[in-house]
Amino acid sequence: MGERASVLVIVPAWNEQDSLPGVLEDIARCMPEADVLVVNDGSTDRTAAVARGSGTAMLLDLPLNLGVGGAMRAGYRFALRGGYARAVQVDADGQHDPGDIPRLLALLDDGADVAIGARFAGEGDYRARWPRRWAMTLLSGALSRISGTRLTDTTSGFRAVGRRGLEVFAAEYPAEYLGDTVEALVIAARAGLTIRQVGVAMRERAAGSASHSPVQAAIFLGRATLALLIALSRPMRSRAREGVAA
Amino acid sequence: MTGYWFAVGCSVALVLFLVFLLRTRRLREKYAFIWIAVAVVICVIGAFPDLVVTLARVAGVQTPANLLFAASLLVLLLVCIQLSVEVSTLEEETRTLAEEIALLRLDVERAQLRAADDDGATGPAATDGP
Repeated sequence: MGERASVLVIVPAWNEQDSLPGVLEDIARCMPEADVLVVNDGSTDRTAAVARGSGTAMLLDLPLNLGVGGAMRAGYRFALRGGYARAVQVDADGQHDPGDIPRLLALLDDGADVAIGARFAGEGDYRARWPRRWAMTLLSGALSRISGTRLTDTTSGFRAVGRRGLEVFAAEYPAEYLGDTVEALVIAARAGLTIRQVGVAMRERAAGSASHSPVQAAIFLGRATLALLIALSRPMRSRAREGVAA
Repeated sequence: MTGYWFAVGCSVALVLFLVFLLRTRRLREKYAFIWIAVAVVICVIGAFPDLVVTLARVAGVQTPANLLFAASLLVLLLVCIQLSVEVSTLEEETRTLAEEIALLRLDVERAQLRAADDDGATGPAATDGP
């Protein structure tokens, strides 16, 4: 399996039994040559059974709920050991359009190590309410400076990484709140990886709902700022650095 | 019974309890050390209360009892921080183990599938290498 398919699509899923079948179908249709790995993040519903029954996806079944960061590091480790050249993260809630995956992979072909599918880069009509939007703008500004490229959507989970990115993220991918998005970018930038973004349209969540009250937005801003400051002040682990040098 | 002997009795009981926990391996040495140190200090202070008065004068604290309170708060704070650090370490270890278990489970499942394929199909269909 691993020889032919050099792209692994990683789908972290936590209690997404309703939206997962549609997402897997879309991925199989848009990326027939890629292998698909569903990482079941300790779901209490039938997510694992749905993934097993899909026939197109492999299932990495975590015994505990580790959060997106934990699920993704497990996925990256699988990709690294399986010898995949590239890995794409697609969320199981259906808001990422697998049809955009080739555009992310094209960025990798152009020399990027990490490609982000960004919501606010002109495509689509995704809008966040102002307190959250403000927080996201602040994060984008800071991370754009750190990574040396213009980033508009740093909390997007729609990402592709090449081999160098895989090596860094398999060694170190934070499981903390916002660690999988914001801090992961800081780690990538400090490890010398090239980060690029491409505008994508985000779809409505296929099932479930995201919460956006002003109080939650304020909490989000506080935690995001804290996560960013800590990520920046953290000494780099040597493993991540060696991963790039190797 | 005077307060003096009550204090000494409590301290000795604390030390014995910690030694008991250590002996039954319910407390690891790296956590027990700070508690044993605290218990020994309490024993010494219980036996020689004048020590605190002297210490308070040296430290510039007017009421000796306040020196004790401040010191005990500091010790508790340090213990809490140590425990937070240990819990974080444990969480990271749990996370790594959970990831490894999931990866191994997938490996086993795929190996079983391959073995079943090899048993069921004979001929060229079964030679679908990794």
